[in-house]
Amino acid sequence: MTLAHLPALEVVVPLIAAPLTLVLRRASVAWILTMAACAFSFVAALLLAMEVARHGPISYAIGSWPPPWGIEYRVDALSAFMLVLVAGIATVVAPFAGRSVALELPAGQGYLFYTMYCLCVAGLLGMSITGDAFNLFVFMEIASLSSYVLIALGRDRRALLASFQYLILGTIGATFFVIGVGLLFLKTGTLNLADMAERLQGMRTDRSVLAALAFITVGMSLKAALFPLHLWLPNAYAYAPSAVTAFLAATATKVSVYVVLRFYFDVFGLVLLTEVLPMPGILRTLSILAIVTASLVALWQSDLKRLFAYSSVAQIGYITLGASLATVDGLTASIVHLFNHGITKGALFLLLGIVAYHAGGTPLSGVRGLARSMPLTSFGIVLAGLSLVGVPGTAGFVSKWYLVLASFEAGHWWLGGLVVATSLIALAYVWRFVEAAYLSAPSGAMPTARDAPLSLLVPAWVLVAACIWFGFDTSFTVEAARRAALQLLEVAR
Amino acid sequence: MGLLGHYNYWITVFLMTAGLYIVIARGNLVKKLIGLSIFQTSVYLLYVAPGKVIGGTAPIIAPEYAVYSNPLPHVLILTAIVVGVATLALGLAIAVRIRESYGSIEEDEILASDRDAEERA
Repeated sequence: MTLAHLPALEVVVPLIAAPLTLVLRRASVAWILTMAACAFSFVAALLLAMEVARHGPISYAIGSWPPPWGIEYRVDALSAFMLVLVAGIATVVAPFAGRSVALELPAGQGYLFYTMYCLCVAGLLGMSITGDAFNLFVFMEIASLSSYVLIALGRDRRALLASFQYLILGTIGATFFVIGVGLLFLKTGTLNLADMAERLQGMRTDRSVLAALAFITVGMSLKAALFPLHLWLPNAYAYAPSAVTAFLAATATKVSVYVVLRFYFDVFGLVLLTEVLPMPGILRTLSILAIVTASLVALWQSDLKRLFAYSSVAQIGYITLGASLATVDGLTASIVHLFNHGITKGALFLLLGIVAYHAGGTPLSGVRGLARSMPLTSFGIVLAGLSLVGVPGTAGFVSKWYLVLASFEAGHWWLGGLVVATSLIALAYVWRFVEAAYLSAPSGAMPTARDAPLSLLVPAWVLVAACIWFGFDTSFTVEAARRAALQLLEVAR
Repeated sequence: MGLLGHYNYWITVFLMTAGLYIVIARGNLVKKLIGLSIFQTSVYLLYVAPGKVIGGTAPIIAPEYAVYSNPLPHVLILTAIVVGVATLALGLAIAVRIRESYGSIEEDEILASDRDAEERA
């Protein structure tokens, strides 16, 4: 009975938790409620993923209005995968937030953080689960508006400007998306994605459909920070509170990439993308530019949070590079990298949050000799950094391995070479941290900090452990991603 | 029909580009938000105008009516308006906070003030 309503509860529980935290007005109570809501969503996501793996896609009619008329929540292999990622990261970051919010936010405002956090989680989960184009827009705006507030909560005054710029660009992106959806709605008279795909058969080369594709591509690329539309990202990540950076870096851009995949393969279809338009070529060029330029820019950053923010732009490039191949292996690589990069960046930004808390910031010059005072934090950053580079035995290796295989299979051997070469740039920027933390003498100004309290270290290390675990046990990630890829390509045909 | 037959689209396109232009060209944060609002408003028109069928009535089935207008676009735009208002409110709230901490809402002055602060640090 209740199990049948899991798709709705998945989103509704964090959505209801948001106003409750506002009413309760006590940061500690709000914190516990947030953790409970996130944990519930995570368990529900796992149950849904198992159910989907066993019995195929689940369709849930909101308010019992049957699908093309009412809003449909549709859980298939890909959306179940995204739900597990978003809810999982939310569940790990929430305990971390308890202490870090108390430290970084003015006293008495802590509960507001949790309200926004719950809203953001609900929005991202909703985007992943819904099968309705306009409902997707509304959830996107819920997630975006709450993330603008979360970023503006940063202590530095530059957080305000970063948040404002993100608000402008994010709203333009969302509005472009809704223009695209509007054109498709005018053309097909439906908002249900599956129904829309069916009705588009035979009019895929129509000019308004092409315009819709263009608007949705540009809009979602802005949201996903795909090069060259990534300008909002570095400042937003650098100045947001650490728990926010970790959560958004691991989930927000990934869900936007998911929306692109959903529209490209489920709604527009491969014929339009590959035969009518040169989309794979365009996407590949942009991905390569993203990987190369953002990696090089990351190399010259003097602040660790900014450094890894630019690295995020590069990693989005790897994800779209896999998708641009439009093969089963390419898409599998892309979807696995969504997940693996999510946990890797989540771990890195949580650990950087701990560094910021003890060293007062994250400039490279400020972490000299960090390994001596904070061995666990430093070692965690190194391990997650190795996963970012893609060293065998880490999660990052698995996705890059599949990406290289897929490039070879698609006949682009040079792409494989590019992935390996740019991984070396990643090694170089991770090495800059190692050099500062392990091989330099502590700077005089460094306080005699001990390692961080367990309430911060445990969540961060859970994600570091996940980076290692998914480097060895690929049964969950790769199999689920392959199922999702097969399903996307099957529909696309 | 001709080019003017779909004049609602021309208005939409004009508002869209004008709004986007203001967002890009103006350095004043409040003016940027006004541009953003105009840009969003154009989308309301894009949805609502084709929702009206000339001679159509509300979709209540009755023997004397054969042509109905689709009410769904209006409902969608009601939601979009709420989203737009929320965005504008949040944007203005952030602009107020920026003014409080920088003493200006001109983008170039804010960036210059940040540069000065970085050089001093």
